[in-house]
Amino acid sequence: MLRILINALRTGVVTTRYPAEPSMPPDRFRGAPVLRPGSHLPPPAVCPTGALTEHFDAGRRHVALDLARCVFCGRCAEDPWAGAVAMGRDFELAARSRADLRIEVVADGPAVPAAEPAPDPDAEAARAASEIHRVLGRSLHLRHLDAGSCNACDWELSALLNPVYDVRRLGIDFVASPRHADGVVVTGPVTRNLETAVRRTVEAIPDPRIVIAVGACAASGGIVGESYASAGGVDKVLPVDVYIPGCPPRPQAIIFGILVALGRLDARRPPRDEKREKPASK
Amino acid sequence: MDALRSGAVGSVDAHAGPRPSDLTLRLGRTGDLPAAATALVGPHAMALATIVATDETATPEGDLKVRYVFEPTVPGAPDRFVTLLVSVDAAHPEVPSLTKAVPAANWHEREMHDLFGIVPVGHPDPRALVVHDGWPRGVFPLRKAFDGSRRVPVEPADEFPHLVAEGEGVFEIPVGPIHAGIIEPGHFRFTSVGETVLHLDARLFYTHRGLEKRMEGLAPLDAFYVAERICGVCSVAHGLGYCEALEQIAGVDAPPRARLIRSIALELERLYNHVGDVGNICAGASFHYGTATGLRLKERLQQMNERLAGNRFLRGLVVPGGVRLDLPDNLLEVMVATLRDTLTGLDSLMGRIEGNPSVVDRLDDTGVLQHQAALDLAVAGVAARSSGVDRDARRDHPHGAFADPGRPDLHVVTVSEGDAMARVTVRAVEARESIRLVGEFVRRLEPGPLRVALAEPLPGGRIGISAIESARGEAVHWLRTDAGGRVERYHLRSPSYHNWPAVALAAETAIVPDFPLVNKSFELCYSCTDR
Repeated sequence: MLRILINALRTGVVTTRYPAEPSMPPDRFRGAPVLRPGSHLPPPAVCPTGALTEHFDAGRRHVALDLARCVFCGRCAEDPWAGAVAMGRDFELAARSRADLRIEVVADGPAVPAAEPAPDPDAEAARAASEIHRVLGRSLHLRHLDAGSCNACDWELSALLNPVYDVRRLGIDFVASPRHADGVVVTGPVTRNLETAVRRTVEAIPDPRIVIAVGACAASGGIVGESYASAGGVDKVLPVDVYIPGCPPRPQAIIFGILVALGRLDARRPPRDEKREKPASK
Repeated sequence: MDALRSGAVGSVDAHAGPRPSDLTLRLGRTGDLPAAATALVGPHAMALATIVATDETATPEGDLKVRYVFEPTVPGAPDRFVTLLVSVDAAHPEVPSLTKAVPAANWHEREMHDLFGIVPVGHPDPRALVVHDGWPRGVFPLRKAFDGSRRVPVEPADEFPHLVAEGEGVFEIPVGPIHAGIIEPGHFRFTSVGETVLHLDARLFYTHRGLEKRMEGLAPLDAFYVAERICGVCSVAHGLGYCEALEQIAGVDAPPRARLIRSIALELERLYNHVGDVGNICAGASFHYGTATGLRLKERLQQMNERLAGNRFLRGLVVPGGVRLDLPDNLLEVMVATLRDTLTGLDSLMGRIEGNPSVVDRLDDTGVLQHQAALDLAVAGVAARSSGVDRDARRDHPHGAFADPGRPDLHVVTVSEGDAMARVTVRAVEARESIRLVGEFVRRLEPGPLRVALAEPLPGGRIGISAIESARGEAVHWLRTDAGGRVERYHLRSPSYHNWPAVALAAETAIVPDFPLVNKSFELCYSCTDR
């Protein structure tokens, strides 16, 4: 017993100060890809999840990237496109709508700003956020719901409870019963075999409730997509309040997303200024 | 080899393959299957590695085929797979069930029934396995005629058909699929008298995502990203298994430096899993200091993974043809220092566990898996070695840097107790061995290329097979390309697939409150079982 106490004291405090202090991911971390407008951007077929798309407008090629679908594999930033796409280090990507997770640039031409989201849904989201903030205050008790994940997102959620992230310091906790929860964090694309269980679990949570889609599969179907066995994303089955991109999102990215859901942090907005476009230095 | 060739019952053709060291025996009649399989598992001491069904109705043979793949179990036996191949009439798809003679075939045969409509005649437990909740009758998703890209409507959940025991004081406890903690989904139906578990029926495949179908028709280099994401904590192992099968088909070898980096990645994956698992087992035994320490050590390793590979699960390191990223000296120094601290932390944690009578009392004699049961079910990995089964795919089917002549020695540790304590002990010993092996691999690193190109399209109509020792045990990958060099069929038999039935057996030696502990001591993946 004494040994345990001595060891615990010797270990000291290992808990991160994120989000009070920023977290800088390591050099090799693959965050949001940065597309360089005007360069030779890769064809959509490069992307294993279909996150890259292209269309032509007035004869100019537009390339769009859907961060909800992206699995951050880095393939579009490999040769021969390394000059056109760089894997940035931005991981605070959570957004209230899928539209906010879309990055669009004009290939072989000057930059165009991403499409502004329609004002109405935006105001709606803000109203929802303020209502959630009013009812649930600054604390959030969540139920985890595995809707067919590969377990990577699940392990990152359980990492939130380890001594390093310790999300209870932020008023966030995971509870055993949906009846005790203010909301749900869903991982996985919603498999056919779990669809009924997913619906029933969410219905068991008292209203108002928050639904947070964690990871590419939950946010969009990700690598799984839509199939005989998969709905292709949580929003095919339930309304989603916050999407957290990543494959899996690192624990700080999940903390960021949960705080966005609580209205304590601002969600990601489509990049409008040059600051966000800057690639991470190697 | 000759003994296998000549002694095979009903064999009409024998040839080497898929690899030159392997043997494929084609049986003339499906009726000879049980006798041929019994000869392999009996006199030849082989175990079932995997069963792969394929729909070949579009080929000139116009049939379904089933390949029953066996592997040696004797330490030191040559690296060889023996495949029994039978042709199944697509109009009357029936094969005799092997489950009574080869218990490990149980789930494979049920899965083959669900996904291909091939009926294992005489199967003792012919319930649906993979498809749930009003799945339409007569629809088989892995048949080529089935369009897998569309959703199939969900009917209300059907009652799980399970073994019902009656008697005074006998009651049932249904648990899941949604659990109280942050874990994967599965349904467990306990039949108990008081605290004692009489019977446990597990229903899995809730996370069945149709990934094998998803990969069909893709260019093999694209399908890799799916294979790497079948399971989070087996990302390196499954990515590597797919790559090795693919590289066989392409006829290329990853360069030596890449093979060493692959083996380093595989040991790092084993290490963060084993260390985290020891912590989680402490959670099952209500030893919170142990839980926090295990999770802290695991977190440090995953932060190191992020520095090495850009991803906390080491995704994006292994790629077809080699590795995507080098491990330069500055990162190797970070790695060696982290592993040194991990070793100190793990030794201290194990000291606290072994010196704590209340923890030891929970672990000793809990969830015993008998040696014979482990053999019969072809149990893999830590669970097998904790029940005295001396098998490790790193030695039995050398992969990564273990395939090199200058490979380091591997110490395969077995203990005979078969209880939760044995599984903790084996994990701790293996974690230390992984740290030692990483040091050995780092010493062998020489400058050199990281990747060879795989020319597309890949050769058509070829089979690749590989077996990788993941943190959970041996995973067997089977891949075949179609005439255009695309993925025709990919099948993964994960270690958890063979180990889940063993959890149910071990739980029957325990009390209900110990089930979480028994389960954590096996620590199996649902996602790579369900795919």
